[in-house]
Amino acid sequence: MTRKQKRLTMIGAIGAVLMAAVLLVMFALRDEIVFFYSPTDILTENKARSGERFRLGGLVKEGSIEKSGETVHFVITDTEHELPVTYVGILPDLFREGQGVIAEGSLSGTSFSADTVLAKHDENYMPKEVADTLKEKGVWQGEEAVQ
Amino acid sequence: MINELGHFALVLAFALSLVLSVVPLAGAKLGNQKLMAIGSSASTGMFVFTLLAFASLTSAYVTSDFSLENVWANSHSAKPMLYKVTGVWGNHEGSMLLWVLILAFFSALVAWFGSNIPARLKANVLAVQGWIAAAFFLFILLTSNPFARLSPAPFEGNDLNPVLQDIGLAIHPPMLYLGYVGFSVTFSFAVAAMISGRIDAAWARWVRPWALTAWLFLTAGIAMGSYWAYYELGWGGWWFWDPVENASFIPWLVGTALLHSALVMEKREALKIWTILLAIITFSMSLLGTFLVRSGVLTSVHAFANDPERGVFILMILMLFIGGSLTLFAIRAPLLKAGGLFQPISREGALVFNNVFLTTAAATVLVGTLYPLVVEALSGAKISVGAPFFNITFGPLMIPLLMLVPIGPLLSWKRADLYPALQRLFWVAGLALLTFIITLAFTSGEPVLASLGIGLAVWVMVGAFAEIWTRTGIGKTSASNVFSRLSGLPRSMWGTALGHFGLGVILLGVVTVSVFEQESVAEVAPGEKIAVAGYEIAFQGVTPVTGPNYTEIVANLMVTSPSGNLFPMKPAKRVYQVRGMPTTEAAIRTIGFSQLYISLGDLSASGKLVIRAWWKPLVTLIWIGAIFMVAGGAISLSDRRLRVGVAKRARRIAAGKQADALS
Repeated sequence: MTRKQKRLTMIGAIGAVLMAAVLLVMFALRDEIVFFYSPTDILTENKARSGERFRLGGLVKEGSIEKSGETVHFVITDTEHELPVTYVGILPDLFREGQGVIAEGSLSGTSFSADTVLAKHDENYMPKEVADTLKEKGVWQGEEAVQ
Repeated sequence: MINELGHFALVLAFALSLVLSVVPLAGAKLGNQKLMAIGSSASTGMFVFTLLAFASLTSAYVTSDFSLENVWANSHSAKPMLYKVTGVWGNHEGSMLLWVLILAFFSALVAWFGSNIPARLKANVLAVQGWIAAAFFLFILLTSNPFARLSPAPFEGNDLNPVLQDIGLAIHPPMLYLGYVGFSVTFSFAVAAMISGRIDAAWARWVRPWALTAWLFLTAGIAMGSYWAYYELGWGGWWFWDPVENASFIPWLVGTALLHSALVMEKREALKIWTILLAIITFSMSLLGTFLVRSGVLTSVHAFANDPERGVFILMILMLFIGGSLTLFAIRAPLLKAGGLFQPISREGALVFNNVFLTTAAATVLVGTLYPLVVEALSGAKISVGAPFFNITFGPLMIPLLMLVPIGPLLSWKRADLYPALQRLFWVAGLALLTFIITLAFTSGEPVLASLGIGLAVWVMVGAFAEIWTRTGIGKTSASNVFSRLSGLPRSMWGTALGHFGLGVILLGVVTVSVFEQESVAEVAPGEKIAVAGYEIAFQGVTPVTGPNYTEIVANLMVTSPSGNLFPMKPAKRVYQVRGMPTTEAAIRTIGFSQLYISLGDLSASGKLVIRAWWKPLVTLIWIGAIFMVAGGAISLSDRRLRVGVAKRARRIAAGKQADALS
């Protein structure tokens, strides 16, 4: 092979790998990203398509947790609207009433069926998306910069 | 008093970093030996003073001096001693101090062990280390001072986040930082070489041990972090594609590429521009990782506190170093002469292939990690990019790379024939195919991809030793001949083989646990049982236990294995008193390479307990593979080729022996 041919072969091969990667990324970004919504987004703006996976965030409504065996029902609220949630499994350690929570799953009928529930990691920490939502609704009570 | 000394030492270290930034550089420019020599003493001094600052912060933690805000916020007098010490870096300020301590340590190492490096290059390298150190000392002193006082001093501290009260905190962050920060040396070498304009094979030979050292610590740090998250969080997952995990994984991918391209540069003087660029990118990704973790822009387990001021500061450091080094690169790169030529099918070609895939994979992980930030900034929509994205993009990019891992080392430099290399791998391919067919037959109903993955793992694992096999002529020559050839092989060849073998082992673990994992969740009353993968788990009741700074409820479980063995397992639910924070202590039983993993839910008023049990087949291979990789790296590092100066000594000894024989 001449030098030019060699160079073309290399560039061609590298280009093919990059193209494949770009296509994979575009394909995955179209189908595999998960949006974050608050109950208000769902109930008043119908943001989620039925069956679409998304993350629902807000506060766990006081007095709403009902456990029956390994199935848990609770209500996520952003203080304006609320949505009932069903989850099967073990809840995170810091899952408590009145605290911030993110549930991932999809809508089934009028309730949200979650397969993952994330709570904060320690008592100072609120999931960022939840904090932002609560700030929008004007019910944020945490400090601005938690030390 | 000690705290003031520590604070003062930190300021002095900052001052020394400024000296280090300027004086050796001027010395190198003017050709003044004395000014250049100041680089060594300044970096030694910088390390000593940073160590002093770190030691005084540690002493404040050990003596529970709550007049320091940092100690008050993260420690407690009843905390066990181990966590008092490790708690020093279990918070933002302390972990940044550890970061600069390791940076200063690496600068000092270059000063101490760099006697073989030309004085001018060494002076420039130390100066660049000085720039990085100065930026981070300033960051600590201005935004994250661990020596800030509280007055009046509180009586008792706030305790450390219970999740961090674990032996993992003693190992994971220091290892990870040794890796992250270790790549600052390769960065400094790249920038220094561009300043002096001399970039050749010798440069690669000096850089490779540093890259290898950083790489093996980063590997160990990531693996350790993965195992820690696995047993501590109680979720049973070993990798979450969490932004912060990605932040350490991206430098690892690029660093691995650097390791391979430096090899080409060292042996054949090719890929010079690319290697320099990789050295810059690797450390840039380490800095980006520090930014992502420390600024709190991303939601993560590792975000200690969100302070916008800190984020902006690190972002400025980031832009300064990445922008500056890339500008220098843009000016200097066109002046570099192309090195050795090679055919596409050759050892060099295979290593280019490796680099293309590793860096592309790193880029896709980077895109997935930063995409939510970009989308939120542009449209305000909040999204998360989770495991499915990374599985779709990262997975397919790894498959061709893994397929080529055994072939690469069998190709000759410059120009190679694919056919003889494949011929040597004939038996390996046969074995991999056989594994594929057997697993396919035994696992009906599971995706074919799983069997393919296991076959691929065998291909990589066995193929890793193909080079040693052919070199020693096993089966073709006498045993004594084989043995003498084996002992004559360079250690780096064993290093390569072990590293690649480890990769195959990890793949085997990942595929098996992802596909064949079994899980069961149930609420049980005392006396009831749940079953997973043939193991029967009987719940016998709970026992309350009081620990040093927590109380816990231990579930007494008796497990019957499929073969009838009985053994107890005791998962627990803990509450740490000071923070009132509950944690789950999973119970793990290792059986062969597999694990039975049991985690608990809440105890209900009626005495029932939710138990979640997983059967994780071959899960430990994920971390055992990483140990093989680290061992491979360490063996390579001990190769005489990389220990400069040793060759001379060996020659002297050989000459001495000859003289003895003659006399």
